[in-house]
Amino acid sequence: MIDAHLPILVLIPLFLGAVLVPAVGMSRRSLAYPTALLSLAATLGLAWRQLVVVMDSGTIRYRVAGWEPPYGIELYVDLLSAFVVLIIAVIAMLVVVYAGSAVKREIPGQEVGFFSVMLIMLIGLNGMVLTGDLFNLYVFFEVSSLSGYALMAVGGRKAPVAAFRYLILGTVGASCYLMGVGYLYVLTGSLNMMDVASLAPQLSENPAFLISAVLMVVGLGLKMALFPMHLWLPDAYTYASSTATAIIAPVMTKVSAYVLIRMLYFVYGMERLETVIPLGSVITWLGLTGVVVGSIMAIAQKDAKRMLAYSSVAQVAYIGVGIGLGTPLALVGALLHVMNHAAMKCCLFLVTGSVFRQTGSTRLDSFNGIGRRMPLTFLGFTVAALAMVGIPPTNGFFSKWYLVLGGLQKDAWAVVIVVVFSGLLTGAYFFRLLARIYTKPTDGQVETTAIGEPPPAMVAPVLLLAAMLLLLGLFNHWVVGNIIEPALPAALTERFSQAGF
Amino acid sequence: MDLEALITGRWPYLFTVVLLIIGLRGMLLKSNFVKKLIGMNIFQGAIILFYVVHAYKLGATVPVFDKHLGEHADLYMNPIPHGLMLTAIVVSVATTGVALALLIVIHRRYGTLEEGLLLEKLRQDD
Repeated sequence: MIDAHLPILVLIPLFLGAVLVPAVGMSRRSLAYPTALLSLAATLGLAWRQLVVVMDSGTIRYRVAGWEPPYGIELYVDLLSAFVVLIIAVIAMLVVVYAGSAVKREIPGQEVGFFSVMLIMLIGLNGMVLTGDLFNLYVFFEVSSLSGYALMAVGGRKAPVAAFRYLILGTVGASCYLMGVGYLYVLTGSLNMMDVASLAPQLSENPAFLISAVLMVVGLGLKMALFPMHLWLPDAYTYASSTATAIIAPVMTKVSAYVLIRMLYFVYGMERLETVIPLGSVITWLGLTGVVVGSIMAIAQKDAKRMLAYSSVAQVAYIGVGIGLGTPLALVGALLHVMNHAAMKCCLFLVTGSVFRQTGSTRLDSFNGIGRRMPLTFLGFTVAALAMVGIPPTNGFFSKWYLVLGGLQKDAWAVVIVVVFSGLLTGAYFFRLLARIYTKPTDGQVETTAIGEPPPAMVAPVLLLAAMLLLLGLFNHWVVGNIIEPALPAALTERFSQAGF
Repeated sequence: MDLEALITGRWPYLFTVVLLIIGLRGMLLKSNFVKKLIGMNIFQGAIILFYVVHAYKLGATVPVFDKHLGEHADLYMNPIPHGLMLTAIVVSVATTGVALALLIVIHRRYGTLEEGLLLEKLRQDD
């Protein structure tokens, strides 16, 4: 009985939390943290339950307020959406556990606002994943973006400037998406994704249909920071508070990637678009360029947060490569990388947050010899760094493996070469940093005695994420076989299985 | 293709495109942050107009059932784009609000909203 209502129930604890945190926090600021923690724990439980239910009994189509689908808003939860909702919930839960002591130190006095806005952002992101309505998606898109700007604006001195730049570009992206929806609405008279998808085959030659697909790619590409639309990202990630970066970096770009997959493969029908315009090849080439440029820029940075931000550009570009290739294995790689990169980047940004808390800086100099002073934290960091480079048995290896296989399915040798050799570029900046962490003597200027492990609430999430990286790597076959492969569009897998794969 | 036939009857759409370009130009080329924000508003306004123009029908009336007109759908405007755009206007107001709040903070910290001057002051911060 309750299971049929899960899509809306996942959102309700977040709504309650977003309202209760300021209400409770007004009288006692210290209560904001447990309230946020409780509401996220409820969401995590429901998201887990939702995935189990969807795996057992198939897609849930929930009619909000009982209106029939083409007229009312529908929440559409298949394996893919349930999977992404669970990723968001797990990452958010770990970051909130960490945030308790981190936020108090880094942005004192702002805890209530931080937790409340963060919960609103999670409503927006979850809504983007759950909804089956094109315009509803736009609204959730803007809910998550607006709260994202607010989170990013609080932090370093330069943060508001970076947030304003992001706001301008993000609004252009959202407007492009809205324009794309407008074209679709003019053509089909419907806003329901499934309805539009059933009408799409007759439209694939229509220029307005093609323009709307291109507008969607631009709009979602801007939010996803797909090269060359990544220009807002490095500044925004660097100057935001570490906790805000640790929640925005893993989740926001991944949700946009999910929406891009949903639009191109489930609504527009990529193979039909491909016969008219080379959209997939363009996305693939943008992705490949992004991998190389992002990695090279990351090598050139002197600040750890900035380095990780550029590495995010490169990693998101991998997902772009998978989306553009469009073979089943490449899509598996892209979706696996959505999960893997979310976990690794979250772990890495949490560690930079801990370093900032203990040393007051995130410049690479402040990492000198820190591995001996914060052994547990940097155990997690090392595992995540190895996962980023793609060393088996960490999970990073397997998503790249599937991307390479996907490239082979299409004889796209450029993809194979870039994905294999970009590991070297990633290794260049991570091994350099690891050498600094473990072998260099600590800087004399830094107060060496004061530096130690941060509080347990800040170490535990890092170690949990590191354990997850290994477990997801070892059990990636289960994830791919039970969740990702059945979630792919049926038409696509059939076409390729007939072709002999 | 005959250009005249393409344009005639599509004037409102052409004006939306012009507005979109004005908005983009403001956002990309103007160096003052407030002007960038105005460009963004024009850009959003153009998209709102695009929806509303599409919903317009010559000779149709407000979408409230009228006994004298009957149930003929051609005699009523399409209410859905209007409803959607009300939401989009709210979103655009909220975005402008957040942007103005950010501008106030930037102005308090750096005393300027001119991009050139601001970049210089940002560099001094390092």
